[in-house]
Amino acid sequence: MKLKSLILSTALAALASGASAESIKVGMITTLSGGGAGLGIDVRDGFMLAIGQSDRTDIEVVIEDDQRKPDVAVQLADKMIQSEKVDVMTGIIWSNLAMAVIPSATAQGKFYLSPNAGPSALAGKACHENYFNVAWQNDNLHEAAGAYASSVGYKNSFILAPNYPAGQDALTGYKRMYEGELAGQIFTKLGQTDYAAEIAQIRASGADSVFFFLPGGMGISFLKQYADSGVDLPVVGPAFSFDQGILQAVGDAALGVINTSQWNKDIDNATNAAFVETFQVEYGRLPSLYASQGFDTANLLISALETAHPDDADAFRAALKAANFDSTRGDFEFGPNHHPIQDIYAREVIKEGDVYTNKIIGVALENRGDAYAADCSF
Amino acid sequence: MLMSTILIIEQILNGLQSGIMLFLMAAGLTLIFGVMGLINLAHGSLYMIGAFAAAAVAGLTGSFVLALIAAMAAAALAGVLVEMLVIRRLYATDHLDQVLATFALILIFSEGTRWAFGSFPLFLDIPDYLSGPVTLPCGIQYPFYRLVLICVGLLVAVGLGLLITQTRLGVQIRAGENDREMIAALGVDISKLYTLVFALGAALAGLAGALVGAIQSVQVGMGEPVLILAFVVIVIGGIGSIKGALIGALLVGLTDTLGGVFLPQLFKLFMEPSAAQTSGSALASMSIYILMGAVLIWRPTGLFGART
Amino acid sequence: MIRERYLNGLVLVLLFAVPLWALSNDEPFTITLATRAVIFALAAVGLNIALGLGGLVSLGHAAFFGIGGYAMGILAYHAQTYTPLMEFPFVIEGTKSMPVIWLVAMVTSGIAALLIGLLSLRTTGVYFIMITLAFGQMFYFFSISWIAYGGEDGLSIYIRNDFPGLNTLVPINFFAICFAILCLVLIINGLIARSPFGLALNAARQVPQRIQTVGLDPQRLKLVAFVISGVVTGLAGALFADLNRFVSPTMFSWQMSGEIMIFIILGGTARLCGPVVGAVVFVMLEHFLGGLSEYWHIYLGTLLLLVVLFARGGLVGLIAGREVAHD
Repeated sequence: MKLKSLILSTALAALASGASAESIKVGMITTLSGGGAGLGIDVRDGFMLAIGQSDRTDIEVVIEDDQRKPDVAVQLADKMIQSEKVDVMTGIIWSNLAMAVIPSATAQGKFYLSPNAGPSALAGKACHENYFNVAWQNDNLHEAAGAYASSVGYKNSFILAPNYPAGQDALTGYKRMYEGELAGQIFTKLGQTDYAAEIAQIRASGADSVFFFLPGGMGISFLKQYADSGVDLPVVGPAFSFDQGILQAVGDAALGVINTSQWNKDIDNATNAAFVETFQVEYGRLPSLYASQGFDTANLLISALETAHPDDADAFRAALKAANFDSTRGDFEFGPNHHPIQDIYAREVIKEGDVYTNKIIGVALENRGDAYAADCSF
Repeated sequence: MLMSTILIIEQILNGLQSGIMLFLMAAGLTLIFGVMGLINLAHGSLYMIGAFAAAAVAGLTGSFVLALIAAMAAAALAGVLVEMLVIRRLYATDHLDQVLATFALILIFSEGTRWAFGSFPLFLDIPDYLSGPVTLPCGIQYPFYRLVLICVGLLVAVGLGLLITQTRLGVQIRAGENDREMIAALGVDISKLYTLVFALGAALAGLAGALVGAIQSVQVGMGEPVLILAFVVIVIGGIGSIKGALIGALLVGLTDTLGGVFLPQLFKLFMEPSAAQTSGSALASMSIYILMGAVLIWRPTGLFGART
Repeated sequence: MIRERYLNGLVLVLLFAVPLWALSNDEPFTITLATRAVIFALAAVGLNIALGLGGLVSLGHAAFFGIGGYAMGILAYHAQTYTPLMEFPFVIEGTKSMPVIWLVAMVTSGIAALLIGLLSLRTTGVYFIMITLAFGQMFYFFSISWIAYGGEDGLSIYIRNDFPGLNTLVPINFFAICFAILCLVLIINGLIARSPFGLALNAARQVPQRIQTVGLDPQRLKLVAFVISGVVTGLAGALFADLNRFVSPTMFSWQMSGEIMIFIILGGTARLCGPVVGAVVFVMLEHFLGGLSEYWHIYLGTLLLLVVLFARGGLVGLIAGREVAHD
């Protein structure tokens, strides 16, 4: 659980940076073991790359593994707050773990920067001024998929997602922006690996397009089976089933699929180009959107530290909100509920040499905030 | 949503196919439990090892057949190692110790695989000569590979049946299920028999892992959900009975598939769509366990298990 | 070899002393860790009543753990949102009072245990194991689909529930509550084991036919043991939900059932403090092994394997020797 990355401070360096001489402790709780570990590892690697590249020596990051279990995450959060006495927390991948940890952590006065999970409750009714989401609100990528589907003229979509809150949010998000009819809507079983039945229903439904949200292994299974079935309808989905880590496992079955993401390696700015290159050099693989989110979270933190310290909560909060850092996505801006307002791109899965990756083909949603900001007041 | 006959037939085929793959897991599990009296929680890990071995070999050689052979060999090898080092000491103990030991093995195998192969899923695909749909007599388009799976499963079932009934090994297995001490007294080398049965069960699990991994995701932890289902199957079918494992597997496969498709439709008759969908899905997830519960209440030792 | 009685006393004293030491050294997290161990121990003691005394290997005990947890979650959720649970035919409000929540948790777990026991006890051996697992899975899938209470995301309860006279947010206070309950249950467990009921149950576990010749009904004995066992594990579930201020379907999962059983087997089946030792050791291993490597599950697995292979009778069996026959 404990992989302490200790970057010791020297008084000279601290004074020279112009920021406060006190060091800052960051608690990262993320998933580093088990089947879903790829995402946590990507976030951690992106985060630590940015920390390493900054010339600050006073940031101490404590990293723990939540094993994707909510009760372990809660216990680790208690440990970080009570024992390690961290100033800022980050790292959680999954929305259910986020809901277990974040409300109580922010209520105790800690700042939380989410590099991934963006449940709707925390964007709306249960929002908190100490909570910042650097990635997206859960619905965003699905909304973009719906917008894209309508923009290219799909009129009769078949949509499916697993039967759990994130899955329900996915279909709600898609339907919010999609203007056509639904040929069918299915909630699959969480963890289901055989989609023959669903694909048969798609075939029989007369749909003109398919939208699905099936993260991790579920998406790999679905894509392989779909590609083999002979049902040739175009597929749209959020980036969660088409990220760099998964594409290699799916192979040709994913080629040509359009997926929506707030980031891709070919976004054209200097920060992103440098990020992609240095990530490959450091870790020997292409970064995924999760890695970019970790990288941006760290840089947001570092930028805020330039002007304030978490001990002065109001100043630090204002510094975070200003988001005065170079993001891999270009300009970065927070909405009133501390969730990003950003462009969401449509990207296509292609093969570059031996490697499967994504290429941006357009903007699906411009300057998108989220649907829950109005419910948030702090 | 039209409930056409074609859709129904297609779903039945799907149910049969998923049931047949479950049978490969369940057959090994029921043999191991029937002959050796061992609850093997690590059977799911053997399934995973088969899938990973297949992915690795397919990646190196490009041959699917070689990958399948590698899967069976790797799983059997792992099985033999596990049997000789760990399981052998547990025959005399009660089920609880076996549960703990094999649970510990799951931990070791899962994280060991992640240490060896990394945290991201591996690539394994069906070969071109097996891919794509074929048109069946009634005009149904069905994936060729799934038909192949059904055939392979049935072949294995027939093969196992012949093994059990026609060969010397089969006689020893059946006798061993009945009375362990007696066959030892009659001069059968028990430890060799047990190792052989364990290796056979492991090879079947590895084969299932490779075959299914080609159309699903090859990742750490892929075996545990299948393990639970396999236990449900052998309980429904009756411990130690290959016929029970086959019937049980087909029942479970059909219930799971058909339940998942038709229960939401049923609920839509008297509920509004989204609630019907959620409740239908929920009931579908529980349906296999309800089936098992019902079978056990009716026949406390399963359909073809030994009557007490 | 230490006498088992002394070992039990030692374990309990240490379990109480460590948090006190942590209190004086300002290490609140150690207290939280100890509370987690105590609650897991309580759940395992519950299972041990069915498993150790009654010989009922239930792989679905997480069902009761989860029922207790959700009893707490649902009641506290309605209290914190100021909405009643039910308005017709009579109004039921939520509550944040611990004693009330415990009562509700125990009663609902007891009823569930009665129903599950009536159906499951028709089977024996591995069939019993599987049917209890099936019931656990049914609760698990049901809770995932129960969107009203969070579904897979679970329910967050922002403030710990109230206990009359104590500020329960202070870690040592909550630990004291849980520890007191554990000790009380252990005493009751010991009394049950030595009572006529316990002796008959022990005999029913070993040779049911003999019990019948004396005129007792082994099924009824086992059912009573199963219900008591479910009640205790349900109480542990309510406490666990309070500790984490969070309840989710994972409390119903088969992995949770397996873990509770692991505590018992690790510590020593049918030993009074076996579950306590097992739970404490497991929580400590979970905490400290993580620092060794990212793949620490391998070390955990190897350690468990060594215990099974070389420490028959669990850790208590290793230290205190084989169980002495009752007089």
